[in-house]
Amino acid sequence: MTINIFIQGNSCKSQMPRLTKIEQVIVAMQDPDMGIKMKNQRLLITVIPHAMTGNDIVEWLIQKYSIMEEEALHVGNLIVKHGYIYPLKDPRTLVLRPDETPYRFQTPYFWSSQQWPASELDYAIYLTKKNIRKQGQLIDYEKDSYNMLHKRINHTWDFVVMQAKEQLRAAKQRRKADRIVLECQEQAYWLVNRPPPGAFNVQDQGPERRNRHNSRVQLNADYYKGEIEHIRKSLGRSRVKSSICLESFVKFSEQYLNHDPMMQGCPPSNPWITDDTALWTLNADMVETPTKLRVERWGFGFTELLRDPLGRCKFREYLEKEFSVENLCFWEACENIRHGESATIPQKVDEVYKQFLAPGASKWINVDSKTMEKTLQGMKSPHRFVLDDAQMHIYFLMKKDSYARYLKSDLYKNMLARAIEPQETKKSVFPFVRRQRHSSRNPALFTQALEDNSKTKSLGSLASPTAACSS
Amino acid sequence: MSERGVTLLSACISNGSFSCPQHWACPPAEMCDQTFLAITFGPCDCCSDTKPLMNIYLKNEPVNYCSLCVERMACQGLQPNETLATLKMESETLKTKLEEERAKLHDVELHQVAERVEALGQFVMKTRRTLKGHGNKVLCMDWCKDKRRIVSSSQDGKVIVWDAFTTNKEHAVTMPCTWVMACAYAPSGCAVACGGLDNKCSVYPLSLDKNENLAAKKKSVAMHTNYLSACSFTNSDMQILTSSGDGTCALWDVESGQLLQSFHGHSADVLCLDLAPSETGNTFVSGGCDKKANVWDMRSGQCIQSFETHESDINSVRYYPSGDAFASGSDDATCRLYDLRADREVAIYSKESIIFGASSVDFSLSGRLLFGGYNDYTINVWDVLKGTRVSILFGHENRVSTLRVSPDGTAFCSGSWDHTLRIWA
Repeated sequence: MTINIFIQGNSCKSQMPRLTKIEQVIVAMQDPDMGIKMKNQRLLITVIPHAMTGNDIVEWLIQKYSIMEEEALHVGNLIVKHGYIYPLKDPRTLVLRPDETPYRFQTPYFWSSQQWPASELDYAIYLTKKNIRKQGQLIDYEKDSYNMLHKRINHTWDFVVMQAKEQLRAAKQRRKADRIVLECQEQAYWLVNRPPPGAFNVQDQGPERRNRHNSRVQLNADYYKGEIEHIRKSLGRSRVKSSICLESFVKFSEQYLNHDPMMQGCPPSNPWITDDTALWTLNADMVETPTKLRVERWGFGFTELLRDPLGRCKFREYLEKEFSVENLCFWEACENIRHGESATIPQKVDEVYKQFLAPGASKWINVDSKTMEKTLQGMKSPHRFVLDDAQMHIYFLMKKDSYARYLKSDLYKNMLARAIEPQETKKSVFPFVRRQRHSSRNPALFTQALEDNSKTKSLGSLASPTAACSS
Repeated sequence: MSERGVTLLSACISNGSFSCPQHWACPPAEMCDQTFLAITFGPCDCCSDTKPLMNIYLKNEPVNYCSLCVERMACQGLQPNETLATLKMESETLKTKLEEERAKLHDVELHQVAERVEALGQFVMKTRRTLKGHGNKVLCMDWCKDKRRIVSSSQDGKVIVWDAFTTNKEHAVTMPCTWVMACAYAPSGCAVACGGLDNKCSVYPLSLDKNENLAAKKKSVAMHTNYLSACSFTNSDMQILTSSGDGTCALWDVESGQLLQSFHGHSADVLCLDLAPSETGNTFVSGGCDKKANVWDMRSGQCIQSFETHESDINSVRYYPSGDAFASGSDDATCRLYDLRADREVAIYSKESIIFGASSVDFSLSGRLLFGGYNDYTINVWDVLKGTRVSILFGHENRVSTLRVSPDGTAFCSGSWDHTLRIWA
């Protein structure tokens, strides 16, 4: 009975699903029947076996995944950057060129997913080999690394030089083609594991994520018991048939189709495309005459109406005519408590009681007796959600009754009739003349001014400037 | 194969005559394989014996236990007939049973229902603005309710507020930590919240006085025991919801910094969260490294629903505009749609040519389009109903780390590790 808090090795593959997927692609590419046709490629005077051209790779990707050339080139490029395919010509840059440049598959020994620790010692041996071969002519960053390593692991330097010399000697006994291939393979491996400064580092993954295997949460008896309990509860929950749920998505998308700027555009024009902020001006929070689309949207659902400051304002006017505005005021007061500061909750709850719930209150609301009793009981120790039941009751009351009638009312119908339907602006005659982009008022400034002007906020109205509300 | 590799490997394991390059401070040879597990050596917090210790967390508190005490601790709470193995098996069996139950009511696929819907035409979206100014990887961004301002945070600790329309920078704050992975704009537009490797979430009120140092008025709100991965204001400036690498989410009161509710249930880092746009507004969804997406009740702290169909870490979750479903993007290179009423996964958005994980997802206003920012530097646009890919957008030169649609749906913004943000429309 052991708990593996740190599991080595096994977790590596699962931590890098992208590498597994790249490897699947590579294996598919090497399939004898469906893979890329490899040939002997000529590199100056040497003939390298089992190579392919950049073009072959791109063509194969286009065919296999039914994608366009740009995407195929992009995917191929990423595979090369991760060191799974390396170029034979100009091996210092890992880039896929869609032409006759020869490429080869990296040997699985060097794959990133193998997670050989690319240690300082290995890198030192590699650089020493290169140094000896090129007689001291290393590239800048490699020279810096070499000098730094020399200082750092000086005590093993004899071993390093000995290993390097041994490997060079063994390599000399190979055929030229093999030698080139091995050099390129090694070079590609080190380009991935020790990228030149400024170049892209594929191994950069961000801060470490301790996943399930390195968990900070103890997978002990309590945890499993909690899970079992939770699953048992889930088994008992009621579900809705898929056909009904999915149908609702289709309906929702259809209903909002005209309101989605990315689908149908947004008359007069999308400000980001034409640099014209008319759309935002027309749809500002409190306008004299709203647009048709906006007024239509109030009819989609009660939340849409309440969420829009203008919509809520107009609804309030309607309720005032119907003498049931206290419902809306109560709902707003509850929202204020739910989302307000913790410190002011008891005081606010008390005020709500005095205004809305106490017998004979000025804005007494009609709640059923069971909810009222529960609320009054809860108010003895007021917390953030104590008015939730009452709020929910009033919300659904408004939704079923007042909201439904509002949509049929003259007030709403007039609003709809008078609403603006902006014309789609024609594309400007001189498309290259860029409009001046004006900055807008920072919302922080606006609210600051509001706070300065009105130190005391009345209960029942949130920060929306209801004073500016006119029919 | 390569002689060099073989020589080195055997030297490492046998810990032969030369010093092991991996463990400079390696204790005597017999303990070599122990060095991965035991980072400290000393008196155990439980039994007080001096032994190699494991650094673990019990109820989010760091403790040092010897391996014997760890095993004993784990087996606490077991009944005489139970072992951890049997509990685990029971849990697995129940999970399978749950999946069967969920499958019973699944009578039709989404794309079948969507057959009668018109297919989308040619889709053209271009970069309309490029915001340059971050000196390092952009990690997170959020829109202001005024539909044009955004806040973005980056690896070097900088948090910048932009007017994306004019591309002007309006405010800038330098956090005392690096990797600021979470940032959020307050609903009023008067403050921003951000956090990252400092394990905290801090709220900065935005001042319009150019000379004022924003950092001076900073308010530290949330305290976690590991990095902050995501944060979001609830319907007002007064409360913040956070998720963290310590496996928990939490709801905080901004004014007092008090913890209002904490949410336990994930067994690994929580990477993302999103608040439900529902009428009653009391739930949120979170996704984590344990491949689970959990739906929580903010009032009680209970997990209401749980979905575990992804094959790897869930990087991003976002609710469908109606609130009846949510989408998730994961390292397994797929995005999935989960329906809350049907209580199951209803669609998978994937393609064989997409190899890299999705880091960020968001819906268009009508919910017809799903935008996914991927780690292969591209943005894929999916038709939510038909399940097909509509378009692929190139432009970024490094992985796309964050993506949000603007509040009025006119554009979306993507932030990337190539130091820039782009507005697409």
